[in-house]
Amino acid sequence: MYKILEKEDYSDDTYMQVIEAPAVARAAKAGQFVIVRLHEEGERIPLTIADFDRDKGTVTIVVQAVGKTTRELQTYGVGDSIANLIGPLGVPSEIENFGTVICAGGGVGVAPVFPIARELKAAGNKVISIVAARTKSLILWEDRMREVSDEVIVTTDDGSYGRKCLVTEPLKELCEEGGVDLVYAIGPAIMMKFCCKTTEPFGVKTVVSLNSIMVDGTGMCGACRVAVDGETKFVCVDGPEFDGHAVDFDLLMSRQRQYLEQEKIAYDYYLECRGDKACLT
Amino acid sequence: MSDVSKNNSGGGKELSKKERMAIPRTPIPEQDPHERAKNFDEVALGYSDEQAITEATRCLQCKKPKCVGGCPVGIDIPAFIDAIAHGDPAGAIAKLKEKTSFPAVCGRVCPQEEQCEQVCIVGKKHEPVAIGRLERYAADWEAKQGKAGKPEIAPSKGKRVGVVGSGPAGLTCAGELAKMGYEVVIYEALHKPGGVLTYGIPEFRLPKEIVFRECEYVESLGVEIKTDYVIGKTMTIDDMLANGHDAVFIANGAGLPVFMNIPGENLNGVFSANEFLTRANLMKAFKFPEYDTPIKVGKKVAVIGGGNVAMDAARTALRLGADVHMIYRRSREEMPARDEEIHHAEEEGIQFHLLNNPVQIIGDNDGWVEEIECIQMELGEPDESGRRRPVPVEGSEYRIPVDVVIMAIGTRSNPVLTQATPDLELNKWGNIVADPETLATSMEGVFAGGDIVTGAATVILAMGAGKTGARSIDRYLRGLPLKPEAEAETAEQASA
Ligand SMILES: Cc1cc2nc3c(=O)[nH]c(=O)nc-3n(C[C@H](O)[C@H](O)[C@H](O)COP(=O)(O)OP(=O)(O)OC[C@H]3O[C@@H](n4cnc5c(N)ncnc54)[C@H](O)[C@@H]3O)c2cc1C
Ligand SMILES: Cc1cc2nc3c(=O)[nH]c(=O)nc-3n(C[C@H](O)[C@H](O)[C@H](O)COP(=O)(O)OP(=O)(O)OC[C@H]3O[C@@H](n4cnc5c(N)ncnc54)[C@H](O)[C@@H]3O)c2cc1C
Ligand code: SF4
Ligand code: FES
Repeated sequence: MYKILEKEDYSDDTYMQVIEAPAVARAAKAGQFVIVRLHEEGERIPLTIADFDRDKGTVTIVVQAVGKTTRELQTYGVGDSIANLIGPLGVPSEIENFGTVICAGGGVGVAPVFPIARELKAAGNKVISIVAARTKSLILWEDRMREVSDEVIVTTDDGSYGRKCLVTEPLKELCEEGGVDLVYAIGPAIMMKFCCKTTEPFGVKTVVSLNSIMVDGTGMCGACRVAVDGETKFVCVDGPEFDGHAVDFDLLMSRQRQYLEQEKIAYDYYLECRGDKACLT
Repeated sequence: MSDVSKNNSGGGKELSKKERMAIPRTPIPEQDPHERAKNFDEVALGYSDEQAITEATRCLQCKKPKCVGGCPVGIDIPAFIDAIAHGDPAGAIAKLKEKTSFPAVCGRVCPQEEQCEQVCIVGKKHEPVAIGRLERYAADWEAKQGKAGKPEIAPSKGKRVGVVGSGPAGLTCAGELAKMGYEVVIYEALHKPGGVLTYGIPEFRLPKEIVFRECEYVESLGVEIKTDYVIGKTMTIDDMLANGHDAVFIANGAGLPVFMNIPGENLNGVFSANEFLTRANLMKAFKFPEYDTPIKVGKKVAVIGGGNVAMDAARTALRLGADVHMIYRRSREEMPARDEEIHHAEEEGIQFHLLNNPVQIIGDNDGWVEEIECIQMELGEPDESGRRRPVPVEGSEYRIPVDVVIMAIGTRSNPVLTQATPDLELNKWGNIVADPETLATSMEGVFAGGDIVTGAATVILAMGAGKTGARSIDRYLRGLPLKPEAEAETAEQASA
């Protein structure tokens, strides 16, 4: 069992939890993720390690509630425990002094970008971060990003905070100005796809972190497979980070929809019963 | 003694060889095929005491029993069968446990028809003695008695061993070492122990209750099973050796699914058998939405392959309501699955498309599987495996409309652990190189066995490897040469 030590709600749909998991914290590196299973009947879902503290033995996750499991996890408070937490999984980010790096995070994607930006900064890079969301209430970790960036640009789709534009606009401007050596773009698949489309004409390498459907997260099932440069890769063991210009995003997005029908059934079932065991049987 | 002995019908010395041979092989009661195609309960129901004794009486108690040589771990088969014939299942189980740790598992899943039963003397003229069913009978009898007898545990040796993986190889090795007085911790990547026995082989063939009972038994010997531990990620082999493990046994199996590399393989609705079976067995998706994990079953499913894995995937899909078609590129004789499973699959209504090979999968506009295109094959010259190589018949392509395709063409070693352990020597397939006799690897104090060394094999071979690994680790930790002959030689030299 893994105990929740801290919890903070950022909006109706987004929240942060600090979970006790010493073995995972000890080995965690930027860019890696964990697999979480809430209880005996639970599904295994992947969540990025948004932060970790080796001394305290904790990992931090930032989650957007989009369905059954992420909604149920939202109801877990300080002192509650989740049944399983497995990790750190995936290949850590490659960190070196590249020069100038743009770290773009969309929605909850900002959280996974944070440890990467921190490492890149520590390695001597100039870090320009773009913190993007649909609307002001969904902007998160701006303060943390400021601590590890030389410059932070905030954008919202509706203009309720920061610049009124999509993440791709400042990204394009920065590429036009030149001097960008690397881009990290993490967020919804569609956001990563368009970030890659934006940077491609400038030939700026763009690393993305793919969020395919997973089961084990250890290379054992192939549920997470994607096509990179026409070759099949397993996101959980070959990734989650890939060269975005080689990723087939349409395939990724199509595969993400694979269980839509069942996800709806599970979600409705959950909302109806709200964890009431008697109702479930 | 149990009351079984009272109904001892034959067994004694009174029957002649001829009379014994005249007894027909005792069929095992099974669930009706139509019934069982709709449930996940075990197919075979097991022998009653009377049936077991009758079957045991068929054994000729050969002076030079061929069956023992056919058993990968050399179980004293006539001895355990004789005990059953004399109404002494306790004696039978004791005999079995000298060589196999988990007879309830082996009795159910070993390919007996290629091992002990294939060479049984009775089988020369008649049907062989049902050795597997008798093994299962003895093990089930023990389970019914409640608590399994706890073996003697040697006093603590003050040394600690780490075992990677809780499949049959890891569990066996851990159990043996615990009995010898070592402190043993198993590190398992998944959230439940058992390896393939838990995530791969379905409930209707091997009830999970049996697997968890075996895991609990190993724990009762003092072994700690730490789940959620991915060695190579959560901790490396080097970390283990540096942090209080005096030796390590690697038994992480061969769990990486292989795909065919044909067009359309990443369409929605194409799954590896590992994914399909893991969802169904480990995650209990057959109880969705009571359990959260979904499974896509489809109306018409193509399963590609002809081994146990393919059979298990096909029969699981069938039970979830699909019309199932198996596509295998060789003929039925070459199917690597256990005979019994092929037979059961046929009975349950699975359709076989033999000598057929998929060439591409065709999808609809939304990225979902719509059809699978196959080509017919014919058998050509024998290949390295001695089986006749299937060759495509030109122009024989045709399509079958399906909405789910399950790939069950094999598994390879998973590189998560080995990539994080650069000092470990691997062969060209990525399997760990281990001394066949001692299972020592290229790393000091590190031993490996089971599927990770042999490639996908069998439960009994994995258990055998677990025993060998335990013996070697014990010798290593006591500072003895790993090979007993080497010790004898040194002793000879010393006395000379
Ligand atoms: C490497 C990786 C890191 C991730 N990190 C984060 C994170 O830090 N924060 C966060 O909020 N989300 C993250 N996700 C996405 C998160 O795993 C999904 O939102 C979650 O699984 C949804 O589960 P659900 O039951 O709540 O919703 P569902 O209703 O089951 O699913 C909603 C959508 O989420 C996706 N999804 C469903 N099941 C899975 C699954 N088993 N594995 C992956 N995706 C699935 C599908 O596209 C689906 O349509 C990450 C995904 C991956 C692969
Ligand atoms: C569907 C299916 C049906 C089968 N049917 C039969 C049958 O009828 N008869 C038969 O004899 N054989 C059968 N087999 C083969 C048999 O199950 C295997 O040969 C046997 O289980 C191998 O045992 P093992 O202990 O080497 O590995 P496994 O059983 O594969 O166990 C390995 C364990 O290690 C864990 N692991 C992997 N990597 C790591 C890591 N990095 N860190 C920690 N833990 C890790 C895995 O999660 C797993 O639990 C079948 C196999 C499958 C897949
Ligand atoms: S070979 Fe057959 S008859 Fe002979 S001892 Fe073995 S099981 Fe009995
Ligand atoms: S999640 Fe199973 S292989 Fe990647």
